Amino acid sequence: MDFLTLIQVLDSGVRLATPLIFACFAGLYSERAGVVDIGLEGKMLMAAFLSAAVAFMTGSVLIGLLAGVAGSLMLALLHGVASITFRGNQLIAGVAINFLAAGITVLMAQAWFQQGGRTPALVGDARFEPITLPLAETLQDIPFLGPIYHELISGHSLLVYIAFAIVPLSWWVLFRTRFGLRLRAVGENPAAVDTAGISVIRLRYSAVLICGILCGLGGVYMATALQAGFVKDMTAGRGFIALAALIFAKWRPWQAMATCLLFGLLQSVALRYQSIELGGITIPVQLMEALPYILTIIILAGLIGRAVPPLASGEPYTKEN
Amino acid sequence: MKHAATFRALLLGTALCAGQAHADAALIFDLGGKFDKSFNEAAHNGAQRWKEETGGDYLEIELQSEAQREQALRRFAEAGANPVITMGFAMSTPIKEVAPDYPDTTFVTIDGWVEAPNVRVIGFTEHEGSYLVGMMAAMASKSNTVGFIGGMDIPLIRRFACGYAQGVKAVNPDATVISNMTGVTPTAWNDPVKGSELTKAQISQGADVVYAAAGGTGVGVLQTAADENILSIGVDSNQNHLHSGQVLTSMMKRVDVAVYDALKSGETLEGGYQLLDLAAEGVGYAMDEHNADLVSADMQAQVDAAKASIISGEISVHDYMSDDSCPALTF
Repeated sequence: MDFLTLIQVLDSGVRLATPLIFACFAGLYSERAGVVDIGLEGKMLMAAFLSAAVAFMTGSVLIGLLAGVAGSLMLALLHGVASITFRGNQLIAGVAINFLAAGITVLMAQAWFQQGGRTPALVGDARFEPITLPLAETLQDIPFLGPIYHELISGHSLLVYIAFAIVPLSWWVLFRTRFGLRLRAVGENPAAVDTAGISVIRLRYSAVLICGILCGLGGVYMATALQAGFVKDMTAGRGFIALAALIFAKWRPWQAMATCLLFGLLQSVALRYQSIELGGITIPVQLMEALPYILTIIILAGLIGRAVPPLASGEPYTKEN
Repeated sequence: MKHAATFRALLLGTALCAGQAHADAALIFDLGGKFDKSFNEAAHNGAQRWKEETGGDYLEIELQSEAQREQALRRFAEAGANPVITMGFAMSTPIKEVAPDYPDTTFVTIDGWVEAPNVRVIGFTEHEGSYLVGMMAAMASKSNTVGFIGGMDIPLIRRFACGYAQGVKAVNPDATVISNMTGVTPTAWNDPVKGSELTKAQISQGADVVYAAAGGTGVGVLQTAADENILSIGVDSNQNHLHSGQVLTSMMKRVDVAVYDALKSGETLEGGYQLLDLAAEGVGYAMDEHNADLVSADMQAQVDAAKASIISGEISVHDYMSDDSCPALTF
């Protein structure tokens, strides 16, 4: 593998990791606050559809982005109402959201565009174009660092940079602000938070809504930056891989980013090489694709440390009378 | 899960009731959905053409999961539908289970393989059609490197890839063919993001013509090819119009004709094996106003000559499925 190929594989890994980072951090906020969310997939799908549909109709990707995030927020709110206000089963609410999104996106797309559950292809301003960072062209002839800057760091769409900015921001919010401390406390011991006179309900709703915004960005990225339109089920299980990444990272932000990058890289390697020769042994592509799940099971089985979720996650909070 | 099953059964029930009054045939679409711009959509188009011409009606269902296959077959057979036309190789096993229970119903499998007296197997010589578009790819390529992107890694898709590679090598023995499959599960038919990444990976390896045989995933392949200014080749339906002037051609598999004919025969349709090859116009390449500027008269003449030779038997295109190996490509 030469240097340029390596850069290209890494570059593709970054693109594939971006939706995972959005979804994984969405899950991070939600689960840290004690609300399990397996509806990441559904929220991303909804955002992907609405952003593509609205971007096509208005010709502006920014309006599309707002619409996509709004759609994802609606579903997040629904999840909040079901699992916080009505104290329903969070897993079932999440599954319901996935089913709802899978069906309603195709139904609406067919009703609006009559193209069989897809949106027409987006062109021009209706899509996020790659951004060339300053000096990328001038610096690209510098050996080693030039190609890294030009190929790997520059040339992504705006949303990729936002995703990577969310990582330190989330770390800061969760571990260095009062809001973050309370958010984490509400996921570990909501009764204590309540005793301190802080509203558990409000904190959990804020977490679920942040989750909605981030999922929305992930869906928008897939439909308007990676692709030029919506195709049914286009999230293809990425919401679940993001959940696996969250567990693998043991609900910690920096590790979550690293895990998403690893999973993205595994995918890009699997896409580039159908089989890999390693010291005389051929690794089939199927193994590479299954690896994120295998790694997560190993973590869950407690073979490499233990993955302990926030104590109160999955438990609806009932105030004592 | 019990609820999910009940829910599906309800859905299926509604689908059946919708057109029960006059319907006499049934059509089962595979997981890609009837508007996949490709394989299933071709079947839908054929059925619609029959409906418009004859005023007849038919039952239909778009499968949502593997579990529905057998259930849908039984429901349609119970409802008296005849023939029951099914799309995709994955219907083979369910048909094998169900067909003996309904000896008076004729089941049609397009792309599948079942040996039973009341099953009609319709096959296409995809390797021959792919051979022709492979020739065109090699002639249009300037880098002498062309790509193939398959959907789910199954023998049928390898047959496409193998025919394509043979066509490429027939024009240019030194050309490189890069072949990738999107995945090993049915989600591989609906993952345009992965299709897009695969296309970028092939472009960075030098490919300047990419052939997609990947259902909905192909939408991502064609899009990326158009974005990156290389040529692409569509599959099953005529996909030239998706990116006018940037899709070299499409490997047409006349699923629409097969479905149309089956519906037209109606209850008189009998079991057996039917092969739709080049001679029967079952496969071919698409020419229209969208790719007229891309295909020179010389290219077309060469491809037509090869087509005639294949029909006459002078050229024999190796079929991957005959011995699970390919002389022109390693998987």
